[in-house]
Order: sequence, then C-alpha cells, then structure tokens
Amino acid sequence: MSSDTLAHVPTAPEIPEPADVPRVVPQRRYGQWAAAVLVLALLALAVDSVLRNKAFQWAVVADCFTSDSVLRGLWLTLWLTAVVMVLGFALGTLLAACRLSANPALRAVSWGYVWLFRSIPILVQLLLWFNIGALYPRVFGVRTVDLLTPVAVAIVGLTLHEAAFAAEVVRAGILSVDRGQIEAAQALGLSRSRRWWRIVLPQAMRSIVPPAGNMLVGTLKGTSIVSVIAVNDLLFSTQLIYHRTYQVIPLLMVATLWYAVVTSLLGLGQTYVEKYYARGTETAR
Amino acid sequence: MSVMVDIRSVHKSFGSLAVLKGIDLRVRTGEVTVVLGPSGSGKSTLLRTVNHLEKVDRGEISVDGSLMGYRRAGNKLYELPEREVLRQRTRIGFVFQNFHLFGHLTVLDNIVEAPVSALRRPRKEAVASARRLLERVGLGDKADAYPRQLSGGQQQRVAIARALALEPKLLLFDEPTSALDPELVGEVLDVIRDLAAQGTTMIVVTHEIAFAREVADTVVFMDDGRIVEQGPPAEVLDAPRAERTRAFLAKVL
Repeated sequence: MSSDTLAHVPTAPEIPEPADVPRVVPQRRYGQWAAAVLVLALLALAVDSVLRNKAFQWAVVADCFTSDSVLRGLWLTLWLTAVVMVLGFALGTLLAACRLSANPALRAVSWGYVWLFRSIPILVQLLLWFNIGALYPRVFGVRTVDLLTPVAVAIVGLTLHEAAFAAEVVRAGILSVDRGQIEAAQALGLSRSRRWWRIVLPQAMRSIVPPAGNMLVGTLKGTSIVSVIAVNDLLFSTQLIYHRTYQVIPLLMVATLWYAVVTSLLGLGQTYVEKYYARGTETAR
Repeated sequence: MSVMVDIRSVHKSFGSLAVLKGIDLRVRTGEVTVVLGPSGSGKSTLLRTVNHLEKVDRGEISVDGSLMGYRRAGNKLYELPEREVLRQRTRIGFVFQNFHLFGHLTVLDNIVEAPVSALRRPRKEAVASARRLLERVGLGDKADAYPRQLSGGQQQRVAIARALALEPKLLLFDEPTSALDPELVGEVLDVIRDLAAQGTTMIVVTHEIAFAREVADTVVFMDDGRIVEQGPPAEVLDAPRAERTRAFLAKVL
C-alpha cells in the first residue's frame, strides 16, 4: 500500500492532550553496557590470537581444504552418515512399533535391544565388531574378516547404535499423537497400514524431526570415530596427511571447518523440514 | 419399519468396573434415538460398542442385519479379522465429542480420506461429493483450511461431513456439542436437526434436553450401566415413571 492511500484513511479527530501527562523515562542499564564491552573485547582478543598465530598455517589449510584425498574422505563421511541415518531410523522405527505393540514378546525384545545398545559405548562396539572374527571365524562358509571389512564394520556398528536412540525418538513421536486420531481413523474404516502411514506417522514427525536433526548432526560428527578402525573418512584422511607432513594443526583445522560447514547446511535443511511438518498447526486467527 | 440397530443383553466391564450391565435396545430405520443419563452411566461406552470401537464381554449387536465384530457359529461368536470389522464400520458414521479431525490434513482431505482409501472411490468423485457435503454443513469456503484454523462449531460440522462422506446407514453422535462454547452449540444442532428431518437413522448421546425433546423419536435414559426407561420424549421427558429419571431431569432442566 502506498502512503497516498494511507492518507485517505479517516482518523479519529485529535483530542488535545493535557500538558501534565507524565512521560516514562527508561532505566539506564550501565551493567549491560559494561558486560557487552567486556565480552566483545574478549572475543576480539581470541580472534586476533587465532588470526596472528602463524602456527595455524592458514595457507596450508587453504591448500589442503579441497585436496583430492580430503574430498574423498568428506564423501565417505557424508554417505556413511546418510546410510547410517536411513538404516538406523528404519530399524529404530521397527523397534518403536514393536515396543508399542500389544505383543508382550515383541515389547520385551525391543526394550532389551534399546537397553543393550544404549549401554555399550560406540567405540567399544566398533572394536567388538572389528574383532568378531575371534568369536565366529566363519559365517555361512565365508571367512568373517572377508565379510566384515572396516567400512562394513562401521556401517553395522553405527547403525545398531543409532537404531537404539532412533527407537526412543520415534516412540516419543508416536506417543505425542493424540489417541483420538487413531480412533477416528478406525471409526472411518481406515486400514492398519493406512492409519500408520497417513495419520499417525506424519503427525508424529513434528515431534520426531527436531531430535532427529540433532541425531543427524551427532551422527555426522560421530562417524569420525571410525578413524580408529582405519576407515578413510574425513578425519582419517587429514590424519593420513599430517602423519606424513607433521602439519597437525592446519589439517585438524581442515577437518574442523568441513564438519562445521556440513553441520550448518544440515541445520538449514532442518528448518525447512520442520516447517513442512508444522503445516496445519498454526491456530485460528 | 425395519430394525437398523439391535442390541441384545450387552455387558461390558473395564477391569472390575462393570460399565454396561445388560443393555437391550432396538433402533428402527429412519428414527432418531437420543440417549440421556448422568456421566458414568455408560452411554458413551454403549455408543462405542455399536461400531465395535469397544468390544463387548457378553451379548450381541447387529447393525443393518449383520453382527458387529463377530461371526456366529452355533452358540458361539468368533471375532472377525480386523479387515472385516473395518468394512462394517464404513457403513456407520461416528462423530466424536472432541471432533478428532486429522490436524495435518486440510478440511477437504479430512473428508476425502475414508471414501478414497477405505471405499476405493476415485479421488475426483470423492472430492466433488466432499465439496457438496461442505456446502450442506455451511462450510463451502473452508475446503482448504486446516482444522485448527476453524472454530469448534465449524470443526464439528466438518467432522459430521467426514462421517457423511461414507454415506453411512447409521450415524452415531457421542456428545457432539459438549466440547463447544455455548454460542457454537446451535450451529451443530442445526446440522443434526437437518439430518434427522431427512430420515437419517441416528443414535445421539447428549446433554441437550431441549434438543432431545424436539428431534428424538425415542429417548433412552441410562443410569449405572442399565436402561432405566425408554419411550417417546413426551413420556420420558415430561412424564417419567422412574424416580431416577425424575431426579436427573430435575437437576438438568
């Protein structure tokens, strides 16, 4: 609307205000000013020390940031994260469904799984899977060590760990959906699968997405643990370089910056996904 | 006139609490039956047993000639697989006290959902009939709104349209106006009144005595899991025989 049209809007006739109406004077908050100055000064000192510290070797960081081996490591980190998230949430959703089922055996097994895999540190689990050949030297006639390559160990270990946490996230999401929604769907004659996929899950997603986004970021960074079993991920690829060149700090900075970049992009994506699943939740005007 | 709902000695307990203690009730086709009674008298539970949202412990319920939720062989009732129960339910519309509209779907999608997924109607056809139903409940302009953008009265009218979309032979209303602000009750009762005038068979659980007097063919008064008395409104509401009915009406009128 232009200011022209605004001018045509009739306004109430102005009533002259008595001269003695008191004015409000905001309180002056000197403490806030002092705190702001102090914090900004400390921040400036920190930034200055980083930028002027030659040991960071920013030139090396820039050089290696897009080097082939680092990009290959980044790629492995990305697809490993994606695979673990998808498999972890698929298994987690199944576990959540079992936990909420009427069948006591399924409930108990689901509970037991979550209890077990939440109790084992992921590092311990990876080392156990890496050495599983000592327990079961052969599976289906194949040597276990041939079957479970380091990358396969990484996928299995991270997925089983992820699923335990995903199960709880999905379960909480399902419980957040009003029971009346399911009853209404039953009364309308909707099939079990239709109730689940069309009515319950989309509404559960609203509560699932924020913690799932949190888990995604955690998993992305958590994959760096696979460097201990010599999987060539982002961190491991930078380690390979600095073991050769001894430029430890600049290469760790390369990994740090990449993790930060990808994490920020994921956060951005989460905002959009949350908006999508929030449709229909704004209340009456 | 033929019998649409036939309820025979239905018993139902939740744990040790007996909620229905032997209910016998027949609802004739085209008639409106209003169920009254104090809270906890079992009237909502009775309504929910009619479309098998609650299983019964004893007794049987037939709707339009078919036994709800069970198959009879000799003197035994065998539970039907869920698929069959769902098919039976598509012939019965149910309207809840708290609407239970699907919050993530638009008004139109709420109404179209069951005809398309449960009755396998072509979507185009279902959409056209959904729009007609929305006009009928006076909400033709709200097809693309989400439930939470509507007032309670509007939501309940959408819920009625959703139930009608299955072209049910029987409509069940579970306290359809109890969750509404007083000024919104009228618009929902108007819709139900219209349906009654068109000869829809209905069972309405409600606390609206004036509405019962106006619309009901039969008024049923329940207390403590039993039907205390039933009959035309002129008898049950204006000249109740049972002391308990008189005491209840004295409190609510």
